[in-house]
Amino acid sequence: MAKTMFEKIWEAHEVRDDLIYIDLHLVHEVTSPQAFEGLRMNGRRLRRPDKTVATADHNVPTDGTPVAKMIADTLSRKQVETLEANAAEFGVPIFSLGSETQGIVHVIGPELGLTQPGMTIVCGDSHTSTHGAFGALAFGIGTSEVEHVMATQTLVQRRPKTMRINYRGRLAEGVTSKDLILATIGRLGTGGMTGHVVEYAGEAIRNLTMEQRLTVCNMTIEGGGKAGMIAPDEVTYEYMRGRPGVPDDFPAAIERWNGLPTDAGAEFDREVEIDATAMSPMVTWGTTPGMVTQVTDRVPDPEAMDSPADRESAERALQYMDLEAGTPMEEIRPERVFIGSCTNSRISDLREAAEAIKGRRVADTVRAMVVPGSALVKSQAEQEGLDRIFEEAGFEWRGAGCSMCLGMNPDILIEGERCASTSNRNFEGRQGKGGRTHLVSPTMAAAAAIEGHFVDIRNWS
Amino acid sequence: MEPIEIIEGPVSVLDRSDVDTDQIIPKQFLKRVERTGFGEFLFYDWIRDGEIELEPNPILVSGRNFGSGSSREHAVWALGQFGFKAVVAPSYSDIFYSNCTKNGFLPVVLDEAECRSLAESGHGRIHLEEQVVSWDGGEAHFEIDPEIKRRLLGGLDDIALTMQDEDRIDAFESGPGGSYGPETTALA
Ligand code: SF4
Repeated sequence: MAKTMFEKIWEAHEVRDDLIYIDLHLVHEVTSPQAFEGLRMNGRRLRRPDKTVATADHNVPTDGTPVAKMIADTLSRKQVETLEANAAEFGVPIFSLGSETQGIVHVIGPELGLTQPGMTIVCGDSHTSTHGAFGALAFGIGTSEVEHVMATQTLVQRRPKTMRINYRGRLAEGVTSKDLILATIGRLGTGGMTGHVVEYAGEAIRNLTMEQRLTVCNMTIEGGGKAGMIAPDEVTYEYMRGRPGVPDDFPAAIERWNGLPTDAGAEFDREVEIDATAMSPMVTWGTTPGMVTQVTDRVPDPEAMDSPADRESAERALQYMDLEAGTPMEEIRPERVFIGSCTNSRISDLREAAEAIKGRRVADTVRAMVVPGSALVKSQAEQEGLDRIFEEAGFEWRGAGCSMCLGMNPDILIEGERCASTSNRNFEGRQGKGGRTHLVSPTMAAAAAIEGHFVDIRNWS
Repeated sequence: MEPIEIIEGPVSVLDRSDVDTDQIIPKQFLKRVERTGFGEFLFYDWIRDGEIELEPNPILVSGRNFGSGSSREHAVWALGQFGFKAVVAPSYSDIFYSNCTKNGFLPVVLDEAECRSLAESGHGRIHLEEQVVSWDGGEAHFEIDPEIKRRLLGGLDDIALTMQDEDRIDAFESGPGGSYGPETTALA
């Protein structure tokens, strides 16, 4: 019988009904301490340290603080030190602050070759969906489930529904995978994928690089999806080749992985067709990622919305964002620009942004920063001289971490500040209490930094 | 986990959709390494700014896509420690829903009109065994996965239950499925 990629992976991991085996468990400092504590209280061991890996990312300062014990914020320091102590106690490999391979958990998995096709991957973090770009089943879990995986290497799960989004045609020049996923969420809504594992398919997806695919799967959760996935192909294998964690017998592994893609004729619970050729650079105007429009558009008018719930949410969002309906998106003026986060902080994101700003200066009204997703991305970028391009343009060049994506560390917006951000969430206060976030692609953020307002990257030169 | 049978009492209403977990428990309170002490920080910014007022009643009613965003289980701990025992909404994010059920906190799905009637009546009764919510002048049936229901009714702990099947996990690991994926300890 014809099967979807999801079904193949799921069935290969069923220990019994509703219990699936987990191949890789990623751990970070914020959602793990209570789980480790649970193990200790019940006298349980961590079943498979060799299928577990920990990193510190959410809380870490990006100012070059070299080790956990020098983190200035007491509570952050305690959380990172607790992670280090727990990892040591339970035998879990860890890349903490100061390690050469420290970084955002969803950046280091792929980069170290830990993320591989056909695997089940979980982490106490909703953006675990990122890893599905390799043709893996990867999703976020809560702390109780983190403890469950630690104790049993399995997870109690009902089989989710499946959905396929088929993108017709290719993205136009200047339109990125960030725009593709923002446009998709704008169309389907923030709950549009709820309960479903989503497979992204079609010409536009096939033509993306591996890092661009990661951006798409990353934001699946913003559409409410359980997990996002993309079939592995030559692009996937090329990216993986030579990375430390990949199988020794790589050709044999490829042969296995080639059996993963969805069979012709396999059925999904839901299928959606989207025209990729018509997409434009996108900018969010509200306080959910679904409140998004084309850069060439205007801030929408709540009055024109059909449902009372949408109207109310939009009115509240505009008030919070301090925006008037009808304002051209290009007239919106961010004071801060943040290039970073597990959505867009990989080397190709930094290369694109650097290319766009080379030889120019950040507008006087803007404070801009670049935060590489991992220590490896940082050193790669420095080898290529990207740090100098950014610094000469007036960007701050920071150390690796989640940084201003969630403002759990010193990088935050102050009340009322408006930010063009390459991250994934524009919720109220996400980047700092009272902060106003507009989600965009790295090149759109870079251009906004230079001009002091949003511009259509397609005709910006 | 405390078993759930009947949850009854006054209803608190949060009439908004897409209430995300960043609002339920803002990030500055996620630095604790304990499971307790979150109740007083529930909806910290909204409450402190006077945007909303909430009584710690047994039942909270809210709009669609409740608990979206971050996977933080702290959101459920905060709701429970504040005093709520159940939440009723038209839909939830998957992770939030699952987190509720791991903490003996009951997430109930009713449609928008039913949520509105319950909110207006101000008092409700949720009978888990019968899968019925009743209020003054109305009642509605709700769906819940039978296995999740069984665990909530019994206050059963997932880990202990799974560990009863440890031989099957052992068997899985010694089969072909056990060798999939990298060996992380070889990298560090
Ligand atoms: S970069 Fe942002 S979204 Fe990604 S893991 Fe860190 S906090 Fe979460």
